[in-house]
Amino acid sequence: MIGIFHIAYKNLLRKKTRSVLTVLGIALAAWVLTSLLGFNRGYQNSLNKDIDNLGYQMLVTAKGCPYEAATLMLKGGTGLRYMNASIVDSIAAQPEVESVTPMLMQAVFDPNKGESGGISAYLGVDPATFPRMKGTLAMKSGAWFTDPAAREAVLGYEAAELEQREVDDMLLIPDLDVEIRVVGVLDRTGTQDDGTIFMPLAAVQEIFGQAGELTGIGIKVKPEADIAAFEERMYRLPDVQVVSLSQVRNTIMTLVSTAKVMVFSIAIIAVLISVVGVVNTILMSVMERRQEIGILKAMGAKARDIFKLIWLETVILCAAGGVVGSALALGTAKLTEVFIRGVLPFAPSGGLVAIEWTLALFTLGVVTLIGILSGLYPSWKAGSVRPLETIRSEVE
Amino acid sequence: MNDGRAIRAQHGVPAAPGGACPSIAAERLVKTYRRGAERIHAVDGVSLAIEPGEFVSFIGPSGSGKTTLINILGCLDNPTSGRLELCGRRIFEEGAALGESKLTDIRREMFGYVFQKFYLIPTLTVRENVMLPFVFYKKPGAEREVDRILELLGIADRRDHLPGEISGGEMQRVAIARALVNKPRILMADEPTGNLDVARSEEIAGILKDLNTKEGLTIVLVTHNMALARTARRIIELRDGKLHTPA
Ligand SMILES: Nc1ncnc2c1ncn2[C@@H]1O[C@H](COP(=O)(O)OP(=O)(O)O)[C@@H](O)[C@H]1O
Ligand SMILES: [Mg+2]
Repeated sequence: MIGIFHIAYKNLLRKKTRSVLTVLGIALAAWVLTSLLGFNRGYQNSLNKDIDNLGYQMLVTAKGCPYEAATLMLKGGTGLRYMNASIVDSIAAQPEVESVTPMLMQAVFDPNKGESGGISAYLGVDPATFPRMKGTLAMKSGAWFTDPAAREAVLGYEAAELEQREVDDMLLIPDLDVEIRVVGVLDRTGTQDDGTIFMPLAAVQEIFGQAGELTGIGIKVKPEADIAAFEERMYRLPDVQVVSLSQVRNTIMTLVSTAKVMVFSIAIIAVLISVVGVVNTILMSVMERRQEIGILKAMGAKARDIFKLIWLETVILCAAGGVVGSALALGTAKLTEVFIRGVLPFAPSGGLVAIEWTLALFTLGVVTLIGILSGLYPSWKAGSVRPLETIRSEVE
Repeated sequence: MNDGRAIRAQHGVPAAPGGACPSIAAERLVKTYRRGAERIHAVDGVSLAIEPGEFVSFIGPSGSGKTTLINILGCLDNPTSGRLELCGRRIFEEGAALGESKLTDIRREMFGYVFQKFYLIPTLTVRENVMLPFVFYKKPGAEREVDRILELLGIADRRDHLPGEISGGEMQRVAIARALVNKPRILMADEPTGNLDVARSEEIAGILKDLNTKEGLTIVLVTHNMALARTARRIIELRDGKLHTPA
């Protein structure tokens, strides 16, 4: 026995190219939709993770533009401004502060790095406070520094791979001709820390001739503290720039939202176009089959039987498009990630596009719903074809 | 014109009160089409009766109203005026027609339709095409009936072929098979050999004749081919929408 599903499916095979193109149209919309939603989710997650991994909620830098500061904090950077280390004590004395950690970032161009040279970032950190504040950093091998001023380095996971160094190897700082000993290698974190070379603050100050200077101070605020009031007070400090992470998060989100609105518009347009495509395809096939539908009616099919048949055809098209599109989105998530990374003003280091099965299923549901809705009109139209249609068109 | 009662007696079909089934009784049927300001009387006051087990053919030149008439008799179309009864049941009377859903039931149970074009679904096999009515109208024993009809019409060996892979004559047999699986009482065939050559037409004529004599199926055939019309026991000629009793 054959069922209505079989008939609907076979009907779609009659104009294969047309059906395939329609499915592709829907698949495209589903792909864009899934990728967008995945991006929305992934970006937020990664950004939060990046910020959490910093271990501190506020960063004090020398005066500069806030975007620069944000970039500096999360990404490292050159063209740095300095502030005097004396400020650390005054900040630490604030009642809201749980702990502070001073940092000195130095970036050196290394002509031997990669194919065309690259920048090595050396971050001088305070051995007493930094490892404690960054509880998420775990050693893959070795340990933190033996002495607050030792000429030693702890390498981020990727930095170690790039420099091809292991614990106890020596590392040369180009230009300065200074050799430092690698004492530890960190686990992968998926953040900017992976590419950083950590050294004792005092050693960096000495080697780079920046005694008493800092580029940043990380502040961990007490959990019960009134952060807003504290931020307010910190903003009034002269010559320094205070960046709170909620502010960074907002700044970045504002920057990204423009891109998001654009992608979201594209997704909506894609969905609309595919709906028009589906309705058009189904209407066309109904028009072509008027006589045949008339015969089906003469054979005893009721209006609602025909309605069901055509509706089913629409839903099959849409569901097929949804499956293809979601699968495509899952399969190309990495590619989408690369594309988005190229477009965005700032991207966190973790995965930007988080597409899971639930999301793919959600899209499939949305697209199928679209099919159910857009099939209503053509199906109603087909259902209202009269059996006589058959013969009348034969006369003409 | 032939007397219905005589035929009924001849074929041993018992008469029932209000008319035996399937019998079609038409009185002063009129179908008027409007073409611009002009009015066309496609069917112009036709009265006739078709009795159970009859094989009637309508003949007449193109445009004489054969299709219009057979569609009204087959409950596919409503007349403009007149009266139509099926098995004593009033289908149409002076402006009032049966509702569409009742008409669908009647079409389902009483009629099978065959047309000049075959209207087979090209992506369904012969057997699936014949099975099509059961997709909308479930019936126990459907599969067996399909196979029986395929056998009866000599297309059982073509059952798994697609319509594109068989000849025109075979396609029309598939269409006839599809019209028959619902076990209709009356087969309405409008120019069923219009697309076929002489040899295939004769085959179809033979099949119709067999269906009438062996299966007791009432057949109403429309054709403008006199040779084919002669297959029927009764020939009714139409001219300009009116019955034209042959000399
Ligand atoms: N739907 C229609 N609208 C207008 N005129 C029609 C329509 N159907 C049939 N006619 C006209 O009615 C007349 C009878 O047509 P038809 O019943 O198809 O004749 P036949 O089947 O004998 O060739 C013709 O003049 C035809 O043009
Ligand atoms: Mg005709």
